[in-house]
Amino acid sequence: MRTFACFTICLAATFSGTFASLDAAPPQEVLDAENARIAAVEKATRSAVCVFAGAAGGGSGVLISKDGYAVTNYHVADPAGSFMKCSLSDGQLYDAVIVGIDPVGDVALIKLQGRDDFPAAEIGDSDQVEVGDWCFAIGNPFLLATDMQPTVTWGMVSGVGRYQYPSGTLIEYTDCIQTDASINPGNSGGPLFNRDGQVIGINGRISIEKRGRVNVGVGYAISMNQVMNFLGYLKSGRVVDHATLGATVSTDSEGEVIVTNILDTSDAYRRGLRYGDELVSFGSKPVTTVNGFKNALGIYPRGWRVPVGFFRGGERHDIIVRLAGVHSREELLAKIQKSVAPPSPDGSQPEDHHEEETKPVSDELKKLFQARSGYANYHFNLEQRERTWQAWKRGDDSSADVWKVAGQLADGDAAQIELSPQKVTASVAGRDSTIEIEGDLTSKLEPVGSGGLLLALHAWQRLQLQGPEKFGEVSYLGTAPLDSIDERFDVLVGLYDAIETRFYFAPQTGDLVAMEMFPEADSDPCELRFQEYDDFEGVRLPTKIIIRRGDQIYNILHGLKWTLSSSEPKDAA
Amino acid sequence: MNRSAFVIALTLSLGWLTSAAQAESSLARTIRGVQPRIVKIFGAGGLRGLESYQSGFVISPEGHILTVWSYVLDSSVITIVANDGRRFTAELVGADPELEVAVLKVDADDLPFFNLDESVELTSGQRVLTFSNLYGIATGDEPASVLHGYITAITDLQGRRSAAEVRYKGPVYVVDAMTNNPGAAGGALTDQQGQIAGVLGKEIRNSSNNVWLNYSIPIRELQNSVEDILSGRFRPRSRDENQNRPKQPVTLAQLGLILLPDVLPKTPPFVERVAPESPAETAGLQPNDLVMFVERRLISSQRDLREELTFIDRDDPVRLTLLRGDELIEVTLNE
Repeated sequence: MRTFACFTICLAATFSGTFASLDAAPPQEVLDAENARIAAVEKATRSAVCVFAGAAGGGSGVLISKDGYAVTNYHVADPAGSFMKCSLSDGQLYDAVIVGIDPVGDVALIKLQGRDDFPAAEIGDSDQVEVGDWCFAIGNPFLLATDMQPTVTWGMVSGVGRYQYPSGTLIEYTDCIQTDASINPGNSGGPLFNRDGQVIGINGRISIEKRGRVNVGVGYAISMNQVMNFLGYLKSGRVVDHATLGATVSTDSEGEVIVTNILDTSDAYRRGLRYGDELVSFGSKPVTTVNGFKNALGIYPRGWRVPVGFFRGGERHDIIVRLAGVHSREELLAKIQKSVAPPSPDGSQPEDHHEEETKPVSDELKKLFQARSGYANYHFNLEQRERTWQAWKRGDDSSADVWKVAGQLADGDAAQIELSPQKVTASVAGRDSTIEIEGDLTSKLEPVGSGGLLLALHAWQRLQLQGPEKFGEVSYLGTAPLDSIDERFDVLVGLYDAIETRFYFAPQTGDLVAMEMFPEADSDPCELRFQEYDDFEGVRLPTKIIIRRGDQIYNILHGLKWTLSSSEPKDAA
Repeated sequence: MNRSAFVIALTLSLGWLTSAAQAESSLARTIRGVQPRIVKIFGAGGLRGLESYQSGFVISPEGHILTVWSYVLDSSVITIVANDGRRFTAELVGADPELEVAVLKVDADDLPFFNLDESVELTSGQRVLTFSNLYGIATGDEPASVLHGYITAITDLQGRRSAAEVRYKGPVYVVDAMTNNPGAAGGALTDQQGQIAGVLGKEIRNSSNNVWLNYSIPIRELQNSVEDILSGRFRPRSRDENQNRPKQPVTLAQLGLILLPDVLPKTPPFVERVAPESPAETAGLQPNDLVMFVERRLISSQRDLREELTFIDRDDPVRLTLLRGDELIEVTLNE
């Protein structure tokens, strides 16, 4: 009470002019601000996950969907193994299973079990984060949450767009958020929220050097936009890789970012980027420094197509480049094996707990895990593949395997194509071509200049008829953009007779909107865009197909009318 | 007194909270206004946990930069990277050994700067921002890092000297945030309006309890010294070359000073031995003393020291400032 009295007296003395009428209660704005903060923390706390991995330690995570998907760090999930226990602030302990990992970006996706109404965090736009913004971290520092209650630490955004060099062999933080909110061992994998309680990053790394493994005012969070770019890939259950442009850059004496080396096998080269060009934008970001370029590159997964802007001779060029992987599949897997115990936030090596401990795992939980080389959990790949396929087929079933189509080309000339499992024939613009489906298909790239239109149409028909299980080897790649980086599609990758094909499905309609066929490495694929679907004898087929290769549109088929029949008489079956 | 400090803190933080939404944008704006004045400094170091970088800020329209005096500046090339990514080679204008501050200058007249005459004094409990390139996180055109905190005490460092390695003895602002990290020294402490209040000090660890101190030296403690440096006192080698030299200058041999072998371009003037019955012995010089100043002129190499002695007549006294352990010692030889 004495303190209180002193408080009001002092206020009156200091601000007697403005605050003469001030009574005991703080101003309404102060209460509003405080309540807003309490509400934001309360909302955010519900989505925070505390990860416990027994002797391997643990960390933090954040729920991002009602069905239990949660993001954490790779360096938290990896020592924990395939199954872990997670607590929420509701006081419950949940089983969780590994889904997918991004070892380079230090991100892992896990899935909590047992509910379909998990309190997911609201996702914020990390590109909008500014230095000076208030923010807060929630997590499990020093694994304190043995009472299931996570710890909240409040701070300020100290820097954005930070680049942190690879620690150990793999982990690289690009375009990350630096904060003075206290991030400590155990906070790894947990969320950083903005003042409104939207998640803007995943805390994972701190600077320390000589003061021991505790916070010294410098923590780094992986930007949420990067995490969301990789989310579709992570849901595939794969070990996902980051991307390379196929070119290196450095800053010249005038401070411009110049291409100093470029692989002539890279897509960037085929799209026109050359030695000496000045890089000015990459993806959604302007490029002014080498670190800025690494930041812009590091937020995209391998295989994405991103816009690149460059100057040559005072003229600006804008191209869309397909990004190659940083590692070959074998390289990436070998590096993961090598970094058995990935570095903890401070870069020190924790003790090796990698051997699977004999943890009691229920049979039900075991069904959610399937080991396979190249995958963190193949079970989720099958699940996503099936989801994507069913969304497209919607139960369609037709045994007709001879598809004839007639229509027009872009210039109005007539076109006719016949697809059957043994043979593809086309009469396009007065020229006839045929391929037999036997022997080495990779050389059958008729018509010339199309990149293999007939073979692509065959692969397309084969997927429709056989489905992903019988097509060849089909896996779910994740989500990737086509023409605009803001629009993402579910992608299935098929391997059939050494030919890689990619099928893009629109997530809203389930429709197959595009396919790419890569008959040989380091060359442009034959691209087909399927548009204006209609129903032909119970099968949905496109009435318009755009055929592209590289930067060129090869042709456009439109006004297509399909006729379906069976090669075998029906009653023979 | 303590209580009133607490109360002031409370009222100030209320003010901070009051304008909720506006506060956020104005804070971001304040920070954007300060960052162009902060520079990244790169120089000597890089070995055995000694970082080769520190922080500084611009204090004049002519490109003067205030920072702390440290081994980083003991380099033949000091590089300054401005907030916009421009790189400059800096000249060392001068340094004050007592306060451990230095002034650099770059050839730029368009850098935003702090006017030290407009510095503010802070009170305990006041909210502050610190700007520095701690851990060398920022490179090129990336802005310095910002940390926030409160002034928890204003106190003299003197009482702590037995526990920590520090030469500065005056009052400091102690902050509750981890402001004094590697590379942060020389950074700026401001109030929440971005007005300059102090310079981030070097890292200090209390050797008895292993606690690191987070503190800044108030601008008012440095201002006279900075003016002295700018007006030509505490200058390093840049003396008037036409100044008359004595016909018979004093030499190291005459003083009885034997230095480490001069093997580097900038070998530090460490004393290896002291000749018996020499002026150096009489003045109490010891092996391992480092000659920092001659007649208040900063010495950064053995060559500097020899050159400086050529301006002193062999019959005149020689005033040296030595670094022995953590102590600065003034001695006069040849009295």
